Amino acid sequence: MTQITELTFQEIINSLQSGEISSHQLTKAYLKRIEKLEEDIHAFITITEEQALTQADKADKRFAVWRKDKTQPISPLLGVPLAVKDVLTVHNIRCTAGSKILGNFVSPYNATVVDQLLDAGMVILGKTNTDEFAMGSSTENSAYGVTHNPWDLSRVPGGSSGGSAAAVVANMAPIALGTDTGGSIRQPASFCGVTGLKPTYGRVSRFGLIAYGSSLDSAGAIARAAADIALLFPMMSGFDPKDSTSVNIPIERINLQDNIMPAQLRLGIPKEYFTSGIQPEVEIAIRKAINVLESLGIEIKEVNLPHTKYALPVYYLIAPAEASANLARYDGIRYGSRVDSTEMWDIFRKTRGTLFGAEVKRRIMLGTYALSAGYYDEYYGKAQKVRTLIKEDFDNVFKTVDLIAAPVSPTTAFKIGAHRDDPLAMYLEDIFTLPANLAGIPGITFPVGFDSHCLPIGIQLMGAPFQEEKLIRTAHAYQMVTDWHTRKPIPN
Amino acid sequence: MKPNFETIIGLEVHAELETRSKMFCGCPVVDSTEAKPNIAVCPVCAGMPGSLPVVNQQAVEYALKVALALECQINNTSIFARKNYFYPDLPKGYQISQYESPLAHHGHLKIRTQSGEKNIRIRRVHMEEDTGKLTHIPPNNGKPGYSLIDLNRAGVPLLEIVSEPDIRSAEEARSYAVTLRTLLRYLGVNSGDMQKGVIRIEPNVSIRPIGSSEFYTRTEIKNLNSFRALERAVAYEIQRQQNLFRQGKTIVQQTMGWDESHQKTFPQRTKEEEEDYRYFPEPDIPPLVIEDEWIERIRAALPELPAAKYKRFIKTYRLSSDDADLLISAQSISNYFESTVSTCPDIPPRTVANWITGELFGLINQRNITFEDIKILPRELSALLSLLHHGEINTNTAKAVLTEMFETGNDPKTIVSKSGLNQISNIAQIAKIIHDVIAANPKELETYLNGKETVSQWFFGQVMRGTGGKANPKIVKAELNRQLLELKRKQ
Repeated sequence: MTQITELTFQEIINSLQSGEISSHQLTKAYLKRIEKLEEDIHAFITITEEQALTQADKADKRFAVWRKDKTQPISPLLGVPLAVKDVLTVHNIRCTAGSKILGNFVSPYNATVVDQLLDAGMVILGKTNTDEFAMGSSTENSAYGVTHNPWDLSRVPGGSSGGSAAAVVANMAPIALGTDTGGSIRQPASFCGVTGLKPTYGRVSRFGLIAYGSSLDSAGAIARAAADIALLFPMMSGFDPKDSTSVNIPIERINLQDNIMPAQLRLGIPKEYFTSGIQPEVEIAIRKAINVLESLGIEIKEVNLPHTKYALPVYYLIAPAEASANLARYDGIRYGSRVDSTEMWDIFRKTRGTLFGAEVKRRIMLGTYALSAGYYDEYYGKAQKVRTLIKEDFDNVFKTVDLIAAPVSPTTAFKIGAHRDDPLAMYLEDIFTLPANLAGIPGITFPVGFDSHCLPIGIQLMGAPFQEEKLIRTAHAYQMVTDWHTRKPIPN
Repeated sequence: MKPNFETIIGLEVHAELETRSKMFCGCPVVDSTEAKPNIAVCPVCAGMPGSLPVVNQQAVEYALKVALALECQINNTSIFARKNYFYPDLPKGYQISQYESPLAHHGHLKIRTQSGEKNIRIRRVHMEEDTGKLTHIPPNNGKPGYSLIDLNRAGVPLLEIVSEPDIRSAEEARSYAVTLRTLLRYLGVNSGDMQKGVIRIEPNVSIRPIGSSEFYTRTEIKNLNSFRALERAVAYEIQRQQNLFRQGKTIVQQTMGWDESHQKTFPQRTKEEEEDYRYFPEPDIPPLVIEDEWIERIRAALPELPAAKYKRFIKTYRLSSDDADLLISAQSISNYFESTVSTCPDIPPRTVANWITGELFGLINQRNITFEDIKILPRELSALLSLLHHGEINTNTAKAVLTEMFETGNDPKTIVSKSGLNQISNIAQIAKIIHDVIAANPKELETYLNGKETVSQWFFGQVMRGTGGKANPKIVKAELNRQLLELKRKQ
């Protein structure tokens, strides 16, 4: 018999609705799986067993009522477990953002996405590991220990949503929330061989998302298949009066049944993303995947995104600048941890000096410098101008194509510690994912093969703003004719 | 000796906007001098992780009212910015303010000076949020000191109004601040209650030799919250700078504080120690777009502003400049004056004005209450003035009745008839009283008849005293003269 945790997302929904399994059983099974694998993988910072079982029992009661009177519709996500990246707040649950400075911070409120998914009846299993304040591409910057890639425990799962990606591929959660500021959903999804969606900036509320780069942050999903995201995504998007940058373009539902492939899609291949430095196996797998998409009736076109090479420097001016202000609130005064002293400035210095990790301090300093008097125009000001050019590149390309295909990362998952002393090499991991954040456009990544070390390779599709449905349907169409997304590293 | 320096002053005024809720969250705006600490605080104004600001539309509307009343140009798109600095009363580690593209710019405010009306240009008007409040508890009996933080005020909407350096004296600085406060009160956006710190003033002061057109080093005085402190601090600073200049010493660009107990300014930090606030556009708030239609709707709904009312009062009611000034200082007062005038058309408005600014203000000051607290209705004041005008009571009685009205809230007719204060205007009655007084004082009559006519004043006083001040003085005077002349003729 198949283990409960091996059920696909759709099978979970069917079994819950038919009463074959209860949400309580399902939740217990996942908690058991977490317990079994956590020592090796360490995908979670906090496991919320008690709350999860309470939520599951609540879902089961709702099912019982529904089975007596099916005229009242229920949410398709009722009773389905979820893992939440530890930068999204959950009421009464510790939220660390991977940092010691929030080691004792228990959130008095839900992030809006968490609210939406709890309203939809989901069950939160726990808070997943992340690089401190989502700054990193490997989860090595977490103050709570590194997450191990389930495909090879000596390797990183990618980051910063590494805990969520590892949890999903290791069947420790059927689906998870992540956040993406420069690739933090797409890159770990790729490293772990799962499907990750970074939505359009503003399409998902940022309220309760612990800010890193406010103009770049978006919350999204990591799942086993695009079809799963198709069910989750409409539930977590929409205008939020608590987030002035959220946009009022709701999605009712994403229909995967009719026209599996959206008709007459044009896919752009930007030559700037296929230059040097890409691991050859990665490029080959991506080219093959593009051929599969072409065979499904998609028209392939070469396109140009001439300002791509500036994305990295622009990102590393804007994101740290915003972060330098966003992280100023962690001063040990009102909440979180404090290193005490008898003198006020000393409290600030010691608290921040001791409790922030090296990468966070590095980015705060970078950002502070970029905003300083005399340097603002040269750095932050100029970066904003170039950001506009990068955005215009995409605007122009989306006049001639619907989607863009690109690698997610130049390499597959690297060894833990490989970039320990080389922050720049670490920054280069995000070179293909940063532009979508700078432009605010959506992107999806999904597995398209394995390298010679048996490590997953992902492809990235990007779309024009608010074209998530096209991304999800195209990924789904690919997954209907391939099985890369069904491969699993650890048997039950 | 003529002063050989000219003073250059610009003013930054921070005024709280008394909206229902705070600038970026739903917390109520409470009186921070009265409310219990930290009762109006939420994750947003406490700067908790993941919280986001949402602009309060009412605050924008209030700010627009002020900007339009100051005849500013409104930026159709204005931008919020983060002003970064660390302090325990600043929950987010940055204050949301406006930097480039403020709400409004290029306005002006006309003030009255000794040499007439003067136009002070307004450089910019922008919105921001207030900080929390710290209370420092000093060390006591070996126990170390500590500080308490109250975040009730954190996030309360603030309007910063920056003038051009058009102000030339401490008196003008005061006049500007007073005029601005009156305007804010008229617009209903700020109580003007200076003791509660709802308006804070920061003058920057420099001097230059007369004839020079360049600007010399200036100093800025922080956080003055009374007009008196403003005037004195500026005057002190001018004197200090002049002394330095005359001694050939350099004036250092620095931020000064005002020491109320020693009545002097003191340096807080120099330019080198100034913080770099690293302003950048607030990514959590999209640019604030203000449509012309919204601007026009607010402009159309502006009340009559103090300057216009001042001119109208002088023109329509023929008031003195001082009376007009006092009456327009608050809408409650000018409304009171106008309702009183409208209910007693036969009494000169000047008389009404005198009674309000003289007697009524006197009583208010004695009792230390506000104008809004008085129990006397305009029609009751007007009834009192009619009694006086028609000779039913005299001025002294009217003052006494007013005091009683002020205390009890009773109407003047009741008070007058109850206590028998009606003026004696019956000539026969008065004639009899005069006759009796003269008859009772033969020695004084003799003095009078011997040619010392001033004794008639003494008789007048006796009669008035004898009637408890109720006799109509005009009639008394006429009848007394008539009887004395009669006696003289009979001599």
